Amino acid sequence: MSSDLFQYIIRLGDNALINGQRLAEWCGRGPFLEEDLALANTALDLIGRARMLLSYAGEVEGQGRSEDDLAYFRNEREFRNFLIMELPVGDFAFTTARQFFVDAYDYYYYRALQDATDTTLAAIAAKTLKECEYHLRHSSEWMVRLGDGTAQSQARLTRAVAELMPFTPEFFAADEIDQVMQEQGIGVDLDTVATLWNNEVDRVLREAALARPPLSFTRGGGRQGLHSEHMGFLLAEMQSLQRTYPGLQW
Amino acid sequence: MASKPAAALLATDMRAKQVSSPPPYTATGGLSAGSGIRQARRILEQVADPEIPVLTIADLGILRALRWRHDRLQVIITPTYSGCPAMQTIADDIRAALNRNGYTRVEVITQLAPPWTTDWLSAAGRKKLLQYGIVPPAGSTSKQSLRVPVTGLACPRCQSANTEEISRFGSTPCKALYRCNACLEPFDYFKCL
Ligand SMILES: [Zn+2]
Repeated sequence: MSSDLFQYIIRLGDNALINGQRLAEWCGRGPFLEEDLALANTALDLIGRARMLLSYAGEVEGQGRSEDDLAYFRNEREFRNFLIMELPVGDFAFTTARQFFVDAYDYYYYRALQDATDTTLAAIAAKTLKECEYHLRHSSEWMVRLGDGTAQSQARLTRAVAELMPFTPEFFAADEIDQVMQEQGIGVDLDTVATLWNNEVDRVLREAALARPPLSFTRGGGRQGLHSEHMGFLLAEMQSLQRTYPGLQW
Repeated sequence: MASKPAAALLATDMRAKQVSSPPPYTATGGLSAGSGIRQARRILEQVADPEIPVLTIADLGILRALRWRHDRLQVIITPTYSGCPAMQTIADDIRAALNRNGYTRVEVITQLAPPWTTDWLSAAGRKKLLQYGIVPPAGSTSKQSLRVPVTGLACPRCQSANTEEISRFGSTPCKALYRCNACLEPFDYFKCL
């Protein structure tokens, strides 16, 4: 039971951590100053969320592992984030589309998680939700601006959406841990989240004058620890300092 | 499972940095427990936010409670934004201010629930923000959505309401950037959260 809860929290924490790590790559490279600030601020919110979740996961596990131990001293196969989080940043359209898909998911997911019987997760969800709402508003607006923009921006966003869409069914693929957690009044109903997410995506794509691409294949495996070829490089960069100087602080 | 109290969250790296300083002070600052708390609160009401130094942590509403646990003074704070880098500095400043005043055993605990809201900004804090050139949050969070852009803010320099948002994210997580179309100066807006 507590190991199911640990896994459940780790998945949420890893999604926030890996998404935040990727987004932080934009810091100092944004297309213009305001957007540079937006990307860095969003990354900061995600990493803050990851800290809360991984700290709590460590408590639940009860083996004395801290948020840092979990972030820096697990190997690739022990990470449980969705594959979409670890994909390279790509161009601004790719980052925007990924953020939009993830923000919409997070918004509906954490809105439901506020009602969890686990009071700590409910508190983290309530805190996170306010930020998710702000992120979603931002990424939705960029979807419309790029999609309904120039031929160039529209072509890039169309390509990004087509590349990313196959990674989204992983958001809603419930497994045993999700079921156990839902039975205990902790986990959220992924079918409900899927319906809300699909409606939001359809609405914004319509406003962005983009067609929703048909799904010809899907990609997944992150939640089982089976990652893409990109994950090792991401972890190498994220973990190298702590692996070289374990316990280093500043 | 009965989960752990939210108070335990995020506290790992902020907990109980006990500074052993020499006598003459006792842990309670030489006062009875009740007045020790009142004195500690007065000390903490002077601790400034590291990023908006005109505001104290009391103005911001992040100082939630003070209590004794045996000989330790527990200070309960709540974070503004999840990833706000100022929180670590604030926890350090709280410990330092109390240590300086004779409270040797101090524990700073971060509490998430209920989540911080800009509704907790004090009236004095709002006035100080405006004088500092940052427009305080407009209205109450219960009445407006974060997804609707805030319009018609009065410019802190010329009071014109002809202003517009130029960046939803500012120099710190709590601010957005606006511009006055009358005097053409940019200004910060403390977002409603
Ligand atoms: Zn003005």
